[in-house]
Parts: sequence; structure tokens; C-alpha cells
Amino acid sequence: MSLILDHVGYIYGKGTNEEKRALDDVSLEIKEHEFIALIGRTGSGKSTLVQIFNGLEQPSEGTVYFNGRDISDKDFNKRELRGKVGLVFQYPEHQLFEETVIKDVQFGPGNMGFRPLDVEMYAFQALKDVGIGDELLDVSPLVLSGGQKRRVAIAGVLAMQPEILVLDEPMAGLDPVGRREILALLQKLYREKGMTIFFISHNMEEVAEVAGRVLVMDKGKIVLDGPPAKVFQYQKELEQIGLGVPQTVTLAGHLEERGWSFSEKPVTVHEMAAEILEKWNGGKNDS
Amino acid sequence: MIRDITIGQYYTAESVIHRLDPRIKIVGTLIYMISLFLFHKMSGYAAAILFFLFVLFLSRVPFSFSVRGLRPIFLMLIFTAFLNLFWTEGEVLLRIGALEITKEGIWKMAYISLRLILLILGASIMTLTTTPNDLTAGMERLLSPLKIFHAPVHEIAMMMSIALRFIPILIEETNRIMKAQMARGADFESGNILRKLKNMLPLVLPLFVSALRRANDLAQAMDARCYHGGKGRTRMYPLYFKGIDIVACFICMLYLAALYLTVRFLPI
Repeated sequence: MSLILDHVGYIYGKGTNEEKRALDDVSLEIKEHEFIALIGRTGSGKSTLVQIFNGLEQPSEGTVYFNGRDISDKDFNKRELRGKVGLVFQYPEHQLFEETVIKDVQFGPGNMGFRPLDVEMYAFQALKDVGIGDELLDVSPLVLSGGQKRRVAIAGVLAMQPEILVLDEPMAGLDPVGRREILALLQKLYREKGMTIFFISHNMEEVAEVAGRVLVMDKGKIVLDGPPAKVFQYQKELEQIGLGVPQTVTLAGHLEERGWSFSEKPVTVHEMAAEILEKWNGGKNDS
Repeated sequence: MIRDITIGQYYTAESVIHRLDPRIKIVGTLIYMISLFLFHKMSGYAAAILFFLFVLFLSRVPFSFSVRGLRPIFLMLIFTAFLNLFWTEGEVLLRIGALEITKEGIWKMAYISLRLILLILGASIMTLTTTPNDLTAGMERLLSPLKIFHAPVHEIAMMMSIALRFIPILIEETNRIMKAQMARGADFESGNILRKLKNMLPLVLPLFVSALRRANDLAQAMDARCYHGGKGRTRMYPLYFKGIDIVACFICMLYLAALYLTVRFLPI
């Protein structure tokens, strides 16, 4: 799997008096088995960017290559692309429409032209992956809880056997349990299924916890790109564009003011805890 | 896609016409539309066209934008023009098989087409320069005498403004769900009518669910703010007549007088 954006720009309402630039010269390469988080303020172009990935939006400028091929080619199969680049929209539970959970999950793979037997198998497997038990397969999706609905909707995309899973704010509007469930699900898909994951988030702690690479968008441009430990060093810059850093980084900053020193500020809670324990024990040993 | 549809048709601009009281605009438009039925002379149409152009100029709406309103009735326009051209009795000018083109037919075609066009354009000036909210507020005030007969004027106006307010929201929602289903491989374009209708299901069902949810939310929000119908309700921005509104009234009357004089004293 490889997805490359080459100098991509996007303008809404081109040619009208309400022209608005959503993406500005975005170049980006997503490689096999990456776990990427995209952060940025509302209106910075994040949602437009992910819709460019699977051809739902045509870039006004630049080219998108999926596995080496230009997706704007006439003979490029858009439907197949949407199966390979699985996109889960914001509040995906709003798209559930079938009478039963299993039927809804079968919708996607059914559209992909898989054999009926495969469609069923993929649907069952996807529901199992997202942790929806057999007892819920034949109930109406509308009676499920918020977190369950969200997972069913994600299963609906997973069942298409995508090579990369792209999620637009998958944790939005969920309670803490629901958030943890989705986060654990993404980690599981990444680790156990070897999937490439790309998700949009507003929660810096969650981003720091799971992502291997963080992209920061501002006004339609990608302004920072790198591992969380690197990106979150730019505290001032992030705050300037209306974003923050994980609390761990803030804490590390306060500790530095009091004389601690870090070679690289820890970003996850675990790293921070380990760092503190080490310093604590080290201090004890000295005395 | 669906986002290209513009409903409500409001054209944002700063102009005298935009600032007029919606009641004046509604009544003025009605007077203008009725006036179009009061004469059968070309000079009358010339006066009506001039008046339209004058108001259009004041409203700062581009001409090309205002004639967009004609697109939906284009077929009907051609059809009525055609009927009038061939099925009017009178002095025959040209004969094509069983069809006859008469002198009266040509006149009638011109009259009726012009009248239709001016009716639509006149009404569109109003919708182009008045926000839907103002429009319903104006309607409510104009119809308020009907309250004596227990007509639910306020409720109807409220329903109208809610419906108008929800159009863009539902269009956006439709777009979102459409895209979400397309991301799952749904196809809304190909196939015959039956197939297309069936393919609409993944779009229509979630849309209804969401519309009902929104309706419920709105009802609760209104309840939470103690909404209990129109009784004793005041407006945040009450409508009142300003100087330009009175000027507009005079201009309307001037138009009527000018129209009367042209039709009365000019030969054609």
C-alpha cells in the first residue's frame, strides 16, 4: 500500500464569488503499515484532505497516486479505490440504514462485487474484529449504544477489506469508555492485522498515545510532520495555530523550569512515568 | 452534486431594495404582478420592463443572476409560446400544413411570454433581496388581521421559517450521507429508474432518521426556552416603516400612474 499526494490543492466553489481554498500545496506520502494522526483546527482542511484520499473529492491542483497509479485516470476504478482506501466519516453511525447489524455491514463488501459467501465472511470477521458479539448481529442498528453503533459503522468499512483505514474523528462524541474502545480497536488493527491507519483527532493525549507519526494542518497546509516526540516539541508553534500539546509535554516543560532536564520530552503517560521514576530513584541512590 | 442547488436564492448585497421593509416588497411585488394583467399594449410592457430594470439596477443584483430564475420555467415558456402562436384565430400570415400562423397569434405569443417572464422576474427580485426570515416576518405581519378569524398565522409563519432554515442543513446532511455511502461503494448514478430508486435507500433512510432527530431536538430546545406559540410574543427586530419605505410606496404609485398614462395615450 502506498498513497502519495503530489502538490495537491483544493478550492471549494471554484468560479463563484464564494471561492474558498481548503487545501494548499499538500504533498504527503503514506507508506505501508503506518499509524498516522492528523491534527488541526476546525476548518484547517482535514476533512477535505481525507476525502481526496479515496477520490470522493477531486483535487483542483496536483495529483494523487494510489499504489503508484494516478487515481484521476479515466480507467482507474473509483469504486475499487474506495474499497481499498476505507474512509470512515465523522459520526459514521448516522449512515446505518439496514434492518439488522449484519446486513448493514454487508452493504460495503456487497458493493465491491465480492462473492456472496465472501461478503458474509468478511462481514462476520469485521464485526468480530470490532468486538460486536454474535447476539447483536440480528438486532436493528438503531437500538445499539453510541459506542456500539460507531463500531458497527467502522466494521461496515473494514468488511470491504481496505488496505488503509482512514477515520475522520473516530472518537468524537463518545464517552470515555467508548473512546478507549475505539482507540484500542485502532491499535489492534494496526498491530494484529498490520493495517495502515490514518485518523483525525482533536485529543493530543490520544494522538501521543497511539500514533507513530503526527501531521499538523493549518490553513490548508501541512505545517508539521514527524513522530509525536518530535512534533510536540514545537509547543509554542502549536499553540500559535490554536492547538495544544499533551499534558505530559506541558508537565515536562514545568519540570524543566524547575531544573529537570530531558533529552527529549516524553509524550506518552508511560514514558513520562518511567522518566519520573528513573529520576526519583536516581535521586534516592545519590543520597 | 446536490450542493449546486441554490434554494432561497438570496443574493447578498448592500442596496436600497435590500433594506426595504419586507412588507413593502411583498405588497409592491403583488401590485407589480397584478399590474401586468391590466393592459394589452406593447407600450405597457415597455413601461413594465423599464420599471423592472430600474428596480434591478437599484438592487445591485447582476442581470445574469436575476434571469436564472427563468430556467425552471423555460420549457413551459416555449410551450405556451408555441400554443399561442399556432392556435390563435385571425388573419393568416403563413400556413405550414395544418398549422396556421396568424398576426394575432404572433402578438398573443409576445404578450403572454413577456407577461410570464416579467411575473417570474418581478417575484425573483423580491426573493433575491429579502432573506427568508424577513420574508416570513413580513408575511406574518401582513396576514395578522386574519387572526380575528382564528387563522393560525403565527404558527404558519413559524413553520415556514423553520422549513426554510432546515433546507440548507438537510442539503448538507444529504451530501454527507451520500459521500459516506459512496465511501462504502454505493452508486447513485448508474442503472435504470427502479435500480436508482432502490439505490437511494441507503441515502433516504438515514436522512429521515436524522431529520426526525433534528426535529425532536429543535422541539425540545424551543420548549426549554418556554416557546408557547405566538400569543404575547414580541420580535427582537420589530418591523417598522422607514423613510425609504415611504419613498418606495410613492415610486410604486408613480409606476402605476405612468403605466396608466402610457397605456391610455400611446397608440400601441
